[in-house]
Amino acid sequence: MEKQQLRTLKRQNKIKESKTDYVYYVICAIILALLAIIIIYPLYYIVIASISDPDAVMTGDVWLYPIKVTFSGYAALFEREDIWRGYFFTLLYTILGTAFNIVLTIPAGWALSRQYLPFRKLIMVLLIITMFFGGGLVPYIIICRALGLYQNPLILIIGGGVSVYNVFMCKSFFESNVPKEVLEAGMIDGAGEVRTFFDLVLPISKSIISVMILFYAVGHWNNYIDAYIFNIDSQFYPLQTVLNGLLDQTSGGEGDVILEQMRAATQIKFTSIIIATVPILVLYPMIEKHFGQGVLVGSFK
Amino acid sequence: MQNVTGEAALQNEETQRLIDEAYEQMDGNADRKKDKKHPKWEQWKANFKRHWWILLFILPALIYVIIFCYLPMYGILVAFQDYMPGDSVVGPDTIWVGWQNFETFFSNPNFLDYFFNTFLLCVFGFLVGFPLPIIVALLLNSLRSKKAKKGLQILYYAPHFISLVVMVGMLKLIFGSDGLLDQLSIKLGGDVNGLQLFLKPEAFRPLFIFSGNWQDFGWSAIIYLAALSGVDPSLHEAAKMDGASRFRRIFSVDLPAILPTIIMMMILSVGNLMNCGYEKVLLMQTGGNLETSEILSTYVYTFGLMGGQYGVGTAAGLFNSVINVILLVIANFTSKKVAHSSMW
Repeated sequence: MEKQQLRTLKRQNKIKESKTDYVYYVICAIILALLAIIIIYPLYYIVIASISDPDAVMTGDVWLYPIKVTFSGYAALFEREDIWRGYFFTLLYTILGTAFNIVLTIPAGWALSRQYLPFRKLIMVLLIITMFFGGGLVPYIIICRALGLYQNPLILIIGGGVSVYNVFMCKSFFESNVPKEVLEAGMIDGAGEVRTFFDLVLPISKSIISVMILFYAVGHWNNYIDAYIFNIDSQFYPLQTVLNGLLDQTSGGEGDVILEQMRAATQIKFTSIIIATVPILVLYPMIEKHFGQGVLVGSFK
Repeated sequence: MQNVTGEAALQNEETQRLIDEAYEQMDGNADRKKDKKHPKWEQWKANFKRHWWILLFILPALIYVIIFCYLPMYGILVAFQDYMPGDSVVGPDTIWVGWQNFETFFSNPNFLDYFFNTFLLCVFGFLVGFPLPIIVALLLNSLRSKKAKKGLQILYYAPHFISLVVMVGMLKLIFGSDGLLDQLSIKLGGDVNGLQLFLKPEAFRPLFIFSGNWQDFGWSAIIYLAALSGVDPSLHEAAKMDGASRFRRIFSVDLPAILPTIIMMMILSVGNLMNCGYEKVLLMQTGGNLETSEILSTYVYTFGLMGGQYGVGTAAGLFNSVINVILLVIANFTSKKVAHSSMW
């Protein structure tokens, strides 16, 4: 009996205490929910349109739920050789390119995090300048051309090899997440710089490494323009470049044949978008848990 | 075996150093007289001797940056040349033309259009895109349910991982000709041709900014959320005691706490204001909207690069990045004066 009284008392108090707060929380929830809907709806629309009858899509009947569910769009996608070749090359560029990025970035971040690094200030200044000033697109291409990277798919792997921003993110991670005691213990055991890094530092840096992998991999995966800029042969096009050609097609003209082509083209636009997006959206939640404050907050010092 | 002796030697070195240091401290200046001339230099040399190995860790990245960031800066010389694709930057047959490429660029009848298109696109983008993540972070942070907060965060981050090509593809399927919006507007009795937003110059900026924010507002909020999670809960408790509502506490507790982060982000984004991503603009360009969608960096791409006018392209790119540097310096200076915090 007393318990119940206490509970009602508590409840009454709570409501009294936060009446203005209550209004605030409701408004806050509404805004956040609206934002969520704005994010979800376009994605939802692409999914339902990709499995609907193309005629219904083209007349605008599909907007809330799929109509006459069909997977012919996906079937047609399987026959597109260019897409699968693009897929293969994108995977190749992404895996090799990201490995290259990691090999350059993580050790650099570690070195910069050590106060005793010789020429530390000079190196920092050299890196920071590139964040705000660069030669620009055309000189970049001239230099790459001189290095024999023009029309060479290798550029899709080694291009954008070091992001200075990411190096600094690693640096501040190492500064705040590697305990001094571990390093001192290593020093007493006689571990050199190399041993320290590989045996002591890397094993406790999994979170920053996976975040870096995600950042760089997304960059490689999404890159479409380098294939144009460097005039890469179309048989080496990555997926996004192939996709751009596909999505940019505007069909015109009249007659039944063209109408049929248009239906197929519309459908394949939706399905290819899904095929190209799913892998990265699957990878992301696996790494999302590492986006803790520790990794990201330090990057702005 | 060799390895072990090596380690032992290292260990000995380390001990020796410690002992030396101890001696030095004990009898003060006795040993120091030798290198009194350049104590700092000696110190530096000793440090280098001990730690030069770590240079090998940063060397690959440094070499990469020098080749792919600093050599292109040297390539800016092309802006003062009559350059043919395939030439070397400075060679025996280089034709120097002084400021002629800049003159060509500035005297282009559309130069001012390109400049203002860039400026307006970026400024509008900044005005919408800068406060939005802050507001979202403040709202998310005030949620009481940890689960709801986490779930919304995951959802809000997700669009960041959609590629530009796919993003613009989606935009066209929804807002483009024969897209969803056009079909719906025809159904509701609008123009038979639909709205054709992608062919209208006045629709380009809203579409660009809307889609950019759709993709990135959640992602940009991360940094503020991280800063907010560092706010001492006792501050909130104290404010509560004083009768501050949750809404009031946003202004008197949360905002002051993340102000340094806000200023830092502001300097960074003002310093990059004139870079609004030609990759996406190129994807969204159509014959119809060129009037507003041709910006400096797309001009560099289409005219300079694809058109083979390397000299003029370099000049235009240089113009763009010089403006950026000026903006950065101004932003940094202002925040130093006004908020007493700056990057340098």
